[in-house]
Amino acid sequence: MKGKKKLFGVLLIGLMVSAVLTMKLSSRADDFTKQDVERWTKEFMTVVKEGDKLFHSSSLGKNKVSCDQCHPNAANTHPETYPKFQKQIGRVITLFEMVNWCLRNPLEGDPLAADDPRMVALLAYIHYERRGVPLAPGKH
Amino acid sequence: MKMDRRTFLKTTGAAVMASALPMSLIKVAFGAKNPTNDFTFGYISDAHIQQIEGSKFVRNWDMGLIRTIQEANLLTPQPDFFFFGGDLAQLGKKEELDHGLEIMSKLRGKVYYVIGEHDYYLDLGKYWESKISPLWYSFDHKEVHFIVLNSILTYDKWTHKNWSDPMDRMLAMARLDNPEGSPFLVGEKQREWLKKDLEKVDKSTPIVVCSHSPIQKIYKGWNFWTDDAESVQTLLKPFNKVTVIYGHVHQIQYNQIGTISFHAVMATAWPWPYPKSYVQDPSHLPKMTIPMNRADPFFERDATGWQFINLRTGNVDMHYQLPDNENRSVVFNTKTGSPRDMKYQDVSKRIPPQNHF
Repeated sequence: MKGKKKLFGVLLIGLMVSAVLTMKLSSRADDFTKQDVERWTKEFMTVVKEGDKLFHSSSLGKNKVSCDQCHPNAANTHPETYPKFQKQIGRVITLFEMVNWCLRNPLEGDPLAADDPRMVALLAYIHYERRGVPLAPGKH
Repeated sequence: MKMDRRTFLKTTGAAVMASALPMSLIKVAFGAKNPTNDFTFGYISDAHIQQIEGSKFVRNWDMGLIRTIQEANLLTPQPDFFFFGGDLAQLGKKEELDHGLEIMSKLRGKVYYVIGEHDYYLDLGKYWESKISPLWYSFDHKEVHFIVLNSILTYDKWTHKNWSDPMDRMLAMARLDNPEGSPFLVGEKQREWLKKDLEKVDKSTPIVVCSHSPIQKIYKGWNFWTDDAESVQTLLKPFNKVTVIYGHVHQIQYNQIGTISFHAVMATAWPWPYPKSYVQDPSHLPKMTIPMNRADPFFERDATGWQFINLRTGNVDMHYQLPDNENRSVVFNTKTGSPRDMKYQDVSKRIPPQNHF
């Protein structure tokens, strides 16, 4: 009787362990579905659209000038070349610093923090309009 | 120190400007063949005067036009007249047009005006017509026939769509990369007028057409484009020497189609990228165009400018005046029968800043 009980206990623990293991296996990080990808793309495109709106907005800066007045379709922003030595600033910078330069100067406005959702959106739009171009960090 | 227009004028006297001016501004080469009929004219375009609120306007664009006029006033000998190539305003407002005209009033000499889409789509050219100029017209000057077209019309169904406010229409057309925009058009009515106007002109008379948009097709996405360009070209084709001068593109472009030479002019406000730098869409910059230098945004006036034009041969010699940059001349070459850059036309002469990507 006692031996049977023990065996049952071991089997039960074994079952539980294998159940947990199976659960773990099915939620491995690289195991995602088509639906997951669709959702993530949608999330990304929502931010791109927000960036598109900001890029064409006359209220991002303080003088009603918008980014697209000089950069239609975000052209001539060259996101693939950053980080690069920005000769006018005299050091290697990332794209967000250049965006802030534009916000301060032609737009006569205030700069944004690197992780400000508006900066993230602007960068998402700028990169999206340049999709497909090979990375060329440092290129002038 | 914040500089307003008055301080700028006071502190940057003509003497300072003259010492900074290139010699080409002072000496204009005149032809020897028939010197009495040689003449030059100046061309200023795309000022985009933009109201912030009340009497506040965007300083950067004001300065572009002010500087241009100061330089142009120093031309010796004085040009016979000037053209303004369109987009005096940013959003077609009376305040912007009035402010632009106030700055333009400092320019010495007669000005012929061409309308741009930024001047037109708020009130469909009503204020422009009442205060500045007819929308299309022609005149003769020293045996050259000049034609001004309103090439920034578009299809009626877009213009007269159910806009809740005329400003919505203006904003939609002012956005260069607007996927909901509409292509430019000279239109049937004006083409009929042009046909009649040209009937009385001798085929050997040099013709200069001034339009805001290119009467050729370069990139539809940004309206570097006129939808009925070919129909207009057909009317101009029978003439021996035709030049089309256009604004809108804010960059150096030139081309030759049959007997028709094409030249774009610079903006005084800001430069635009060449369409090929937008990689999601194909575009067609004329193959012969050697681009302007890539703009350095840290020099506010870089890649902007104005031009004076010499009609020595009956064809256009275009002299680009480019602040903070080397001036360029694109001159009609009788051997090749097309405009050529005087310095950079040979591909081996090109310099790194002319590589746009």
